[in-house]
Amino acid sequence: MKSKKIALYGLFIALAFIFSYIESLFPIPFPVPGIKLGLANLVIIIAIYGIGVKEAFVLSMVRILLVGFTFRDPSTLIFSFAGGVLSWLTMVIFKKLKLFSMVGVSIIGGIAHNVGQIIVAIIYVSNTSLIYYLPFLMIAGVVSGTLIGILGALILQRLGKIRL
Amino acid sequence: MKKNDFYLIGGIILFVFIGFLFMIIFRTEGSQVLITIDGKEHKTFNLNEDTRYEILHDGERNVLEIKDGYVRMIEASCPDKLCVKHRGIHYDNESITCLPNRVVLRVIGGEESDLDAIAN
Repeated sequence: MKSKKIALYGLFIALAFIFSYIESLFPIPFPVPGIKLGLANLVIIIAIYGIGVKEAFVLSMVRILLVGFTFRDPSTLIFSFAGGVLSWLTMVIFKKLKLFSMVGVSIIGGIAHNVGQIIVAIIYVSNTSLIYYLPFLMIAGVVSGTLIGILGALILQRLGKIRL
Repeated sequence: MKKNDFYLIGGIILFVFIGFLFMIIFRTEGSQVLITIDGKEHKTFNLNEDTRYEILHDGERNVLEIKDGYVRMIEASCPDKLCVKHRGIHYDNESITCLPNRVVLRVIGGEESDLDAIAN
């Protein structure tokens, strides 16, 4: 691994980690499990567009592991992993399809993150009525996804393509 | 932003709006609350009798309260307390979930099912 790449990984993981921390300082007033601002998704989506999809996946997984053991209960790791993997997968697919700009991809990623968590939660407590939370999670995904998409595009413009 | 992004946002909002509409139109009042722990049925209560009940399992604790036909969680040993913040529920199929403790309160036994309501 080139030293530039190592430095870049470190930087991005630190950023995602800090964003998760900031997020944990603001409790969301809606009593819906899995609802989140998804600030850390900003780092992941920039990584997907600016560095590469594989690198973004590694970043996402490392972030979840770190955050799970620091700011959250490690028992919630399984939800975060499900959300993280599904979100990464859908973002990569929709980026390839070129149907939407970064905003659309980010919205889809945000919703997929919540959907992944809800699916695991449904299996975990064997209660399908959790599906009723889906509309709330989708609205939250649209709002935060739009903001993160716009922000991400602006940041990428200024960064230029990061060459490894 | 592309045009498609706006279609996506519009589509999701429309979908959610229709979903909410259906939920409001077809919801019926429930008559009982079912407590499940770890996916297993634990106990049911009638919603028309005011009561308090303590759920104890695996060292975790939840307290539910039934009052004026609504059920809510008033205490929980879990760290996030999402279930305690949840408003009271009384419509059929509404639920309060305490994910860390794996306790679910679910309203059941509506007067008539959704299908009957459509048929009528």
